[in-house]
Amino acid sequence: MANKAAESISREEFFYGHKACAGCGGSLAVRAALKVLGPNAVSVLPAGCMSAVGFNFPQLCFSNNSIISTFAGTASMLTGVEAGLRARGYKDFTAVGFAGDGGTADIGIQALSGAIDRNDNIIYICYDNEAYMNTGIQKSGLTPFGAKTTTTPAGSNIHGNIRPKKNMFEIAAAHDIPYAATASVGYLADFIKKVQKASQIQGTKYIHVIAPCPTGWGVAPDATVDIAKEVVDCGLWYLAEYENGSFKLNHKPKEFTDVAAYLKKQGRFKHLTDEDIQIITASRDKKWEFIHKNFEL
Amino acid sequence: MSRKFLSGNEAFAEGIRLARPQVISAYPITPQTIVVERLSEMVEDGSLSAEYVHVESEHSALSCAIGASAAGARAFTATSSQGLLYMAECLYYAAGGRFPIVMMNADRSTALPWNIYGDQRDSLSQLDSGWIQSYAENAQEALDLALMSYKIAEDKRVQTPYMANLDGFVLTHTYETVEIPTHEQADKFLPPYETDNRIDFESPKNMAFSAGPDTNYIFKYKEHKGILAAAEVITETEKEFAEIFGRHYTGLTENYRTEDAEYIIVTLGSIAGLCRETADKLREQGVKAGVVRIRYMRPFPNKEIADVLKNVKAYAVLEKDISFGNEGTVFTNVNSALKKAGVDVKGYNFIGGLGGRNISAGDIENICTSIAKGTESVNFIGIGGEDNGK
Ligand SMILES: Cc1ncc(C[n+]2csc(CCOP(=O)(O)OP(=O)(O)O)c2C)c(N)n1
Ligand code: SF4
Repeated sequence: MANKAAESISREEFFYGHKACAGCGGSLAVRAALKVLGPNAVSVLPAGCMSAVGFNFPQLCFSNNSIISTFAGTASMLTGVEAGLRARGYKDFTAVGFAGDGGTADIGIQALSGAIDRNDNIIYICYDNEAYMNTGIQKSGLTPFGAKTTTTPAGSNIHGNIRPKKNMFEIAAAHDIPYAATASVGYLADFIKKVQKASQIQGTKYIHVIAPCPTGWGVAPDATVDIAKEVVDCGLWYLAEYENGSFKLNHKPKEFTDVAAYLKKQGRFKHLTDEDIQIITASRDKKWEFIHKNFEL
Repeated sequence: MSRKFLSGNEAFAEGIRLARPQVISAYPITPQTIVVERLSEMVEDGSLSAEYVHVESEHSALSCAIGASAAGARAFTATSSQGLLYMAECLYYAAGGRFPIVMMNADRSTALPWNIYGDQRDSLSQLDSGWIQSYAENAQEALDLALMSYKIAEDKRVQTPYMANLDGFVLTHTYETVEIPTHEQADKFLPPYETDNRIDFESPKNMAFSAGPDTNYIFKYKEHKGILAAAEVITETEKEFAEIFGRHYTGLTENYRTEDAEYIIVTLGSIAGLCRETADKLREQGVKAGVVRIRYMRPFPNKEIADVLKNVKAYAVLEKDISFGNEGTVFTNVNSALKKAGVDVKGYNFIGGLGGRNISAGDIENICTSIAKGTESVNFIGIGGEDNGK
């Protein structure tokens, strides 16, 4: 199923000539999703890296209809676009949002929650690079425990971010949304399949895709896909869906790869002690206990 | 044409029904609430065919309206006070993107201290956001402005969002007999929304983009020209309105007994009626008083104001707002108009009605007497030499 979707994906580019850094995971997610959704996608992008690199007049990089929203207004603008096009008699289109982790889990969560509550017929894709990248790598509500950012410096007092990542996937699911999913640009075929599935479901769809940022994470530009795969393989991220009231795990690593190895590859985790890594590993194990108990396979 | 006994809010809702918006985003706040309630009833009973969106905040209300306008649909929302301030980010956004959304604002005081009553600090604090701003005096004008607002905002020369202000409670909740045009008349007056500034599947667009220092300023200049162009479009629209509906309006300002006036009160909104009554009374006593009601704060009636004030002995600006640390915002604007026109007349500022406090006929009479004698340049009605305002 997954492979078939990947094979049938359009060769057409809808996000072309943008100014994202080399190896940007966010731009990879946007590019792949638009290939699935095609020319009738209307994309809404809030302030954040993807709007900053794609919409610099006169260098406009989307070949589908696209619009920048306010930072907090991704979901509410999607609502308006969807309602407006429907009022004008259009049926064959997809209103899709691409918002960063900050734009989704922090400032934009109210509008997202409102849209899910109304069950507006939109797809909301959060590309999660785990910090406010566009403003220079500050902590967001989705920055993982331990990560060094420009507002959570790794000194002897603070030692990086001290709070765990908000669970946006389960927050979206808790609204009893018709469809929610997690994904990673390291498992692109799975992401593509989920975008395709979302496009066929009526109501609000939420997809949360891990999209590494070489600039903010401190990895090489050609390491994006590998590191996005590794975060799933070491169990710190998981591929799952929520549909019809239940959770489903899409991918079960037989054995987790080494958490320490994943962390140590990245500049943002360089300062972590063995004790920190133990805390992270323990919280991973706790999460997986929960997953085994509550998710179907 | 029918007649009904309606509050300002209800009259405005009737005007909006006649304008046939396609998307309405609604969030309640006193004293605006009734307008969104009436519109929901109209959608429910089928007399208005629109997508009615229950948004979760004012920021989303305007954000949703922007999305709808970008989709090419006619959009409406309404707010007041803290709600207007909460959506401030989106006000600038709608104006810069040239989305001709119409919004009703029920003028209300802003916190702190919390207060739900009418003053005009909310909308006047947003004069620079790039919206057209009208101030209605009564329920009939509110209805008529609702209908005219779309025609003005959507005109290709203008393409600017329109904020229709109604004084909280004094106008939003006071009942008057109002004439309601028929849908046939309204449709003849206001054609469906047509715009190029919209999502287009034949030729896709990137909208609401970034523009760096070299081009940004050109977009801002065009935005300014758009709002200036509204002055002429307002006059044209009112002429057409009079032909169809038989009611006449007077552009950016409305003058009362100003031809030979020696003393003029410049004001805006629903207090103008009391000012006119007071002028009549003073005239009986031999004082040549007149009133100028500002109907539009943006575009600002620079020329109209200079023309009418150039021959007076003194004028007063009576307003329900303050730009803290300076003076009333309307006073600043009026003085600037006179300075540009080379008019050198004594002007005085009277600030009152903040937080809904009453301004009486006696207060207005006192304004005229004190400007004849000469007074402080900025005066606070009902606060003597001391801070006795309680
Ligand atoms: C109301 C508002 N506050 C702050 C900003 C500044 N700002 C622009 S982008 C951004 C960070 C975006 O972070 P995220 O949503 O995680 O996306 P990313 O940049 O990582 O792609 C911030 C804080 C803004 N544009 N608007
Ligand atoms: S900073 Fe990160 S998220 Fe932003 S464009 Fe560069 S790689 Fe992409």
